[in-house]
Amino acid sequence: MYQIVKREQLSPGVVRMAVHAPRVAKKALPGQFIILRVTENGERIPLTISDYDREAGTVTIVFQEVGRTTKLLGAMQEGEYLPTFVGPLGKPSHLEGIKRAAVIGGGLGTAIAYPQAKALFEAGAHVDVIAGFRSKDLIILEDELKKAATNVYITTDDGSNGRKGFVTDVLRNLLEKGERYDEVIAIGPLPMMKFVSQLTKEYGIRTTVSMNPVMIDGTGMCGGCRLTVGGETKFACVDGPDFDGHLVDFDEAMRRNAMYRQQEREADCRLLSKEAE
Amino acid sequence: MPNMQPHKTPMPEQEPSVRSGNFREVALGYTEEQALNEAARCLNCKNMPCVSGCPVNVRIPEFIQKIAQKDYAGAAAIIKTTNSLPAICGRVCPQESQCESKCVRGIKGEPVAIGRLERFAADYAMEHGAQAEEAIQRNGRKVAIIGSGPAGLTCAGDLARMGYDVHIFEALHTPGGVLSYGIPEFRLPKELVRREIATVEALGVTIETNVVVGRSITVDELFQEGYEAVFIGSGAGLPSFMHIPGENLNGVYSANEFLTRINLMKAYDYPNADTPITVGESVAVVGGGNVAMDAARCAKRLGAKNVTIVYRRSEAEMPARAEEVHHAKEEGIAFAMLTNPVEVLGEDGWVKGLKCVKMELGEPDASGRRRPVEVPGSEHVLDVQTVIIAIGNTPNPLLRTTTPNLAVNKKGGIVVDEETGATSIPGVFAGGDAVTGAATVILAMGAGKRAAKGIDAYIRSK
Repeated sequence: MYQIVKREQLSPGVVRMAVHAPRVAKKALPGQFIILRVTENGERIPLTISDYDREAGTVTIVFQEVGRTTKLLGAMQEGEYLPTFVGPLGKPSHLEGIKRAAVIGGGLGTAIAYPQAKALFEAGAHVDVIAGFRSKDLIILEDELKKAATNVYITTDDGSNGRKGFVTDVLRNLLEKGERYDEVIAIGPLPMMKFVSQLTKEYGIRTTVSMNPVMIDGTGMCGGCRLTVGGETKFACVDGPDFDGHLVDFDEAMRRNAMYRQQEREADCRLLSKEAE
Repeated sequence: MPNMQPHKTPMPEQEPSVRSGNFREVALGYTEEQALNEAARCLNCKNMPCVSGCPVNVRIPEFIQKIAQKDYAGAAAIIKTTNSLPAICGRVCPQESQCESKCVRGIKGEPVAIGRLERFAADYAMEHGAQAEEAIQRNGRKVAIIGSGPAGLTCAGDLARMGYDVHIFEALHTPGGVLSYGIPEFRLPKELVRREIATVEALGVTIETNVVVGRSITVDELFQEGYEAVFIGSGAGLPSFMHIPGENLNGVYSANEFLTRINLMKAYDYPNADTPITVGESVAVVGGGNVAMDAARCAKRLGAKNVTIVYRRSEAEMPARAEEVHHAKEEGIAFAMLTNPVEVLGEDGWVKGLKCVKMELGEPDASGRRRPVEVPGSEHVLDVQTVIIAIGNTPNPLLRTTTPNLAVNKKGGIVVDEETGATSIPGVFAGGDAVTGAATVILAMGAGKRAAKGIDAYIRSK
């Protein structure tokens, strides 16, 4: 059993939790993920590791309360236990040798982009962080990011924080002004990673995206997390989750992620009717 | 006088029309009377040909004699001296190609129903409390086992009996490996798996779930933690696909994923369990092994009206057990033999058909089976909404990619010494699907057993 030792509401619907899982904390590296379950009959869901404390034996996750499992998880309190919290899974990000990077986070993806920015910045790289949110009240991790980057650009879809536009607008602006990067790391919703990859392709900048498909076991057994990358079938759990953004078939990935939308809606209804009881 | 009845005593089963709508066990097991009748068919041969057909060398005539003497607990105790998982083996072993294939009674008529008798004795012991095993003399030496499937459990059980402190690391949240995530409830009830594993734990074996060796901890670190030997029984790996267009459409499952959702995650009990599964009105299952049969029968039980097994050779070449094929047919599964898929057709991203060609059998290939050859102009479309690919898997990649110096073959299987299970790394042993690729429960158990001896010899010689 894995105890929730800290719980914070980062923004409406977004929760950060530190979970006591010493084996995971000891080995975690940026880019890797964990799989957790909330109840004995619960699903296994993958969440990317946002931070870790090897001494305290804790691993931090950030998640949005969107589906049944994340809503149940969000309702859990400090001191409660998760029956499964296994990892670290997937390959760590390749950050070696990167001197100039743009790290781009979309919404919740910012929490996952954060450890990459931090690792690069601590290794002495020039790091521009671009983080996009729907509106001002959804902005997360602004203070943390400022400590982990050379420049931080935060933009909102509705302009409520004073800068209106998508992360791609900010990136295009920087590139047009002549900024150049060894690598762009983009983490967030599939459409955002797709458009960032399209933009960086124009400029010939190597781009890494972090894929988060539906998974069951997460250890290379079920094959549910398959993606088409450069025309080949790859498994996000063992070949990824990081992939070359210029090679990923995002349209297929978006379609596959919607496979259980109907069931997700039904589960949501059941959760709501339970709350109403 | 032995009972000279030429046929096996039949075992009661749920009616096909009833069981195809539920996940309860199909075969119901012998009554005491049926077991006694069947046990009396054994000739108690001196040279025991049946024992040589068993990968774990169960002392077959001896336990059957105990049943005949109505000492059922004694029968179970004899089985347990060489087999840690008898209730499981009695259900899922392919006895027809192992022990029963060597039975003298099979020369004229049917062999003794050894599997059914094993199941009877094991179930009896489970029901009535097993005979206490002799106290084990602990030697205080630690062995780590990776994976709690049939290979790992057998290796663990044997080592524990020899006195070792055995700790099993399991990646999933439930122990059992393929016994838990792969084989369906209606062939192998999970409660029974749980109880059988408990008997291994009762020998002093500890099981830690949610640890992925290779990621959470490496093999090197296990030695640093004081383990003197490591057994790798990490099992099946990535599912194989056909590499035909449309395989990533929504509605295409690997059998691994389909069965894991149903068995491990209990999607058949959705929404009481949270994991969903989608099954169309018509389902095609590609492949001819036991896993294909399991997937097809699960699809039927989840409400699919038409389920078709699509296999590129003929029924004679199908690797599935005859009993499983028979059960599937009884439950209304259709068989499209000599049929090979060439494309999964889609609409709006979802499966809407499976384009196939007919095959005919040509010359024998490397496997000795006649090679299927495409019949020109035989293209046709099966109207299905779900396609399940059950054509096998490659060994789990995690350990070989995170354990330097672990020698593997071209297919990714760990290279071992057949006799001892020793790998290229001193102190590291392996067995089961991680070595062979997809095979059977009992072969994995046999490998676990040999490795236990190999590990014991290795540690003693240190």
